[in-house]
Amino acid sequence: MRFIEALLDIFTNPQFYKITLTASTPLIFASLGGVFSETTGVVNIALEGIMLMGAFFSVVFTQITGSPWLGVFLAIPIGMGMAWLHAWASIKWCGNQIVSGAALILIAQGVTGFLMEPIFGQPGQTDFVGKIAEIKIPGLCKVPFLGQAIGQINPLVIVAFASVFATWFLLYKTTLGLRMRAVGENPESADTLGINVYGIRYFGVIMSGVMASLGGSFLSVGEVGNFRELMTGGRGFIALAAMILGNWNPIGAMWASLLFGASEAMANQLQSSPILHVPATTKPLFNMFPFIVTLVVVAGLIGKTRPPAADGIPYEKSE
Amino acid sequence: MRPDSRIWSFVVPIAAVILALMIASIVILLIGKNPVVAYEALIKGAFGGRQAIADTIIKTTPLILTGLAVGFGFRAGVFNIGAEGQMIMGALIATVVGINLGGVPPVIAIPVTMLIGMLAGAGWAAIAGYLKAKTGAHEVVSTIMLNWIATYLSSYMVTEPLAVGSGTPKSPEIAESAKLPPLLTIGATEMTSGIIIAIVAAIIMYIILEKTTTGYEVKAAGFNPYAAEYGGISISKNITMSMAISGALAGLAGALEVMGVHHRFLGTLSGGKGFDGISVALIGQNHPIGIMFAAFLMASLRTGSNEMQFVGVPKHIIMIIQGIVIFLVAADRIVRTILIRKKKVRS
Amino acid sequence: MPPSLGGIELDKEYAVVMKGITKRFPGVLANDHVDLFVEKGEIHAIVGENGAGKTTLMNQLYGLLHPDEGEIYVFGKKVHFKGPREAIEHGIGMVHQHFMLVDNLTVAENVVLGSETKKGFLFDLNEARKVVKDLSEKYGLLVDVDAKIEDIPVGMQQRVEIIKTLYRGAEILILDEPTAVLTPQEAEELFEILRRLKKSGKTIIFISHKLNEVMEISDNVTVMRLGKVTGRLKTSETNPKEIARLMVGRDVVLRVEKESKEPGDVVFEVKDLWVKDNRGLDAVKGVSLKVRRGEIVGIAGVAGNGQTELVEAITGLRKVEKGKIIFDGIDVTGFSPRELRDMGMAHIPEDRLKYGLIVEYPAYYNLILGRHHRFPFSESNFLNKRFILKNAEDLFEEFDIRPRKPEMLGGNFSGGNQQKIVVARELSHEPKFMVISQPTRGLDVGAIEFIHKTILRMRARNVGILLISMELEEIFSLSDRILVIYEGEIMGETRPEETTFEKVGLMMAGHRLEEVER
Repeated sequence: MRFIEALLDIFTNPQFYKITLTASTPLIFASLGGVFSETTGVVNIALEGIMLMGAFFSVVFTQITGSPWLGVFLAIPIGMGMAWLHAWASIKWCGNQIVSGAALILIAQGVTGFLMEPIFGQPGQTDFVGKIAEIKIPGLCKVPFLGQAIGQINPLVIVAFASVFATWFLLYKTTLGLRMRAVGENPESADTLGINVYGIRYFGVIMSGVMASLGGSFLSVGEVGNFRELMTGGRGFIALAAMILGNWNPIGAMWASLLFGASEAMANQLQSSPILHVPATTKPLFNMFPFIVTLVVVAGLIGKTRPPAADGIPYEKSE
Repeated sequence: MRPDSRIWSFVVPIAAVILALMIASIVILLIGKNPVVAYEALIKGAFGGRQAIADTIIKTTPLILTGLAVGFGFRAGVFNIGAEGQMIMGALIATVVGINLGGVPPVIAIPVTMLIGMLAGAGWAAIAGYLKAKTGAHEVVSTIMLNWIATYLSSYMVTEPLAVGSGTPKSPEIAESAKLPPLLTIGATEMTSGIIIAIVAAIIMYIILEKTTTGYEVKAAGFNPYAAEYGGISISKNITMSMAISGALAGLAGALEVMGVHHRFLGTLSGGKGFDGISVALIGQNHPIGIMFAAFLMASLRTGSNEMQFVGVPKHIIMIIQGIVIFLVAADRIVRTILIRKKKVRS
Repeated sequence: MPPSLGGIELDKEYAVVMKGITKRFPGVLANDHVDLFVEKGEIHAIVGENGAGKTTLMNQLYGLLHPDEGEIYVFGKKVHFKGPREAIEHGIGMVHQHFMLVDNLTVAENVVLGSETKKGFLFDLNEARKVVKDLSEKYGLLVDVDAKIEDIPVGMQQRVEIIKTLYRGAEILILDEPTAVLTPQEAEELFEILRRLKKSGKTIIFISHKLNEVMEISDNVTVMRLGKVTGRLKTSETNPKEIARLMVGRDVVLRVEKESKEPGDVVFEVKDLWVKDNRGLDAVKGVSLKVRRGEIVGIAGVAGNGQTELVEAITGLRKVEKGKIIFDGIDVTGFSPRELRDMGMAHIPEDRLKYGLIVEYPAYYNLILGRHHRFPFSESNFLNKRFILKNAEDLFEEFDIRPRKPEMLGGNFSGGNQQKIVVARELSHEPKFMVISQPTRGLDVGAIEFIHKTILRMRARNVGILLISMELEEIFSLSDRILVIYEGEIMGETRPEETTFEKVGLMMAGHRLEEVER
């Protein structure tokens, strides 16, 4: 009974919605990245690693330039570089895409941990370097409930949602998008029509690097202003699940990311609920919650969604 | 299928390791340290003295087992990234059992604890296996979710129900009778007999894969699930069973860590050994013999990395080396092409 | 009369001339100094067995492959295509044997893909739809512009492929085995379309191994064998026997001898069977049939009419929604592949690489697949290598599988020998009943002859056989009774001596036996 009370309390609290948006944002970015890559037919599980690199290097560049926005911006090429490595191994060398992705995650974890002491002088986590300031949306602030939830918001959240629509537009309204979808479904057909299959796949994978990097940057300079080792905490994989749940569609991925973000927000709010008085030692149990939700969703809904037909299969010209 | 693929499966991983070490030395240079000094420290840390060698062998044991776990999975056509979580569950349940085996003679206590650890790991993996068999859920996503769940679950267990003492969260010690007898004692380090068990496990895995009908079916399902099903092999049974066996090996790794090394569940128990299992399996080309060598190699890297810290090279360099090796093994054509070009240049 | 070798006749206008084309792949010389002369505005057939080099030759004309030696001239101009785009620019269009269509995109999107109708940098879908509708009407090629490829029938898919070439201004159309997936009636419709295209000035090259079609539609024929041109003939001046001899290099028996036989009692029966396909739609709708010992029942039908699902249900690979399967008097509905095999059912699958073999396993392992869990190959879960190897040696000898190396990996054998391995294995089960699906797809005449003789041998040994094939020749020459399947239903049952290709063709296109007999 108390539990239901607590739930109602949470649902009527604008904080819950605000936290949902912030928790969903990195997932939205990363799952869009997944959509870019897999629509063209390349599986990219390295999102977790690219996010980590994005988080780390945006802190590095913020430290150097003093501006968190520059930090975010300059971290993007790093994400693109990581993605390029994956594209290179998968497209040119027809490597095992899942193993290549796992390798890049390890490299990312290694590099970010490795550079902590040389650059920041201390292991574990950096000091505060700078954070992207929230902006007030004029007019919205005064609106009750809505104002508290989204009246004051991190601009990157807006960028995330804008990216969803930009991605959708690209994929479904432009010729490039049509070709991307064709390449992921039947690369041989596209090839016979003179479409550059390799080029389009490189594009898809590198764009996934851009997106994942933004997702990671949000975690560091967007939310907390510093970097902590392994701070992505599995979000890259939850983003993959969001992409699958969203049926490889940008709008679907957005809704799925919101669902997973909400589960994280729910866990967070339950922990600090004034109604339930949960002891601090049970924190890990609440941390488990988003992963259990993801697991259940993955189990229940897979098979009902349809990946691009050539997803994960390297394309080799029969020349 | 190339006729010389046996030779390649030997040469590629070794070449990959050498290339990775070379690339890593560039990284070391970038932070202003001397790679030669660094690698000297690495070798000293791994093999310099009986203590170091003992440490290396202790670290090899769980790596052989997680390597076998991932390797067996690969042969069966599943990518078991969940060895980490399965190891944790194996360790956790083995601890719970081991704590309560006070009056029982070791002859019973030890096998029972090991078995329960294996069952825990098997069960944890079977969840992902069953999901894949029934719903087609991709085992990469589901096992990683299970990893995190296992991590948090065990973290909770040692901070609340099982907690003992202060400082790093840890469980009470297991009963004397459930502890593995040491092989050798060198200084303060007891080298456990776990290594024997790991080697036996590798031999058993070899026999299963190459000499038994089960092995025939597992490999068939891994190579071509359609033909296997057509040939009467039940794919869903196979997937679940293969994940379970894989999980059992990882669970055993966890149980042995508790029984032989720490004698309790430590909050920081697995420390990435599950992911190391992936590197070991790939370097060892999923073959039990290769896995044993690869495990020894990884263990030496890990032990040696502590020494590298003293000369100013952070431990994380090992992760970078590992990542590069796996990357090159995934895209092994890169390595093959480099080697062929080198051969051509020489001739 | 086109020249045989050497100089080009100056009073003819040639759409395509290929001279001295040579193309090598690792281990095989696919084209060996091939010369091809195609007159403007003709329908030119290129014939040969599987592996003769026909598709390779055309792929070079289309720019998908590059010749190692030789020259290509299109409308008198020497060309060097770096890729299909250039070929398309020169007016060449190709309709491949396996359609190059993107399943989840619509007809209109597929037609314009790669040369999209644009509004700025946006894709103009409406313009695309209009353009496709116009072409469809102009050339009489009926298509549904908004349908997704995965939802339209094969005949329409082919028309989409043709519109694709016309959209890009093709003057020369290459069609690779276009009637492989069509009923005899649909093939006739296609020929009408080709005649219409010829009238509007297009040049057509079509690749085929079906001699009766070549005789019907083409003006000239180029015959290829093992990478070389063995003959250039004017269709009106030749006959199928001559062409066949040039194709194979010896006199060919176009039909195997089948002795008459009294079949035994019913060994296998299917009652009112309903099966769904991968998308959850009904693929088999209430099929009933019986097979007797020593009898070959042939099921004719164009691909995609439920045969695959029927076979999968019978062999335990797919769920039966409704109905019964009875084998040797026992209700085996829902039995697993293993149980069915143990009872004496064998299955030669239609896709030998996907279902029949494990290419990474050596031949000796492939030869025990399905019985690997039984004595003498396995005892208390341990494999008996000695018996396994002996079994392989014996089967290699009996079926003349080459090369005689049982340790070689399955994937390294040629198509014909791979099929022999599958056949050898299934027959070594000593079955009472066999399901045989598309057994000679992609095989050369020698292998086809061997497989057909083997099937008749089984019939002589009183094995009941259910044969599914898209090749009417094969159905007619082997079957005792013929059933025709269309959209999951049996249209009728007849005997080869009591019917004709035409009638069967009508049933394959959806007409019931009673209608056809009228």
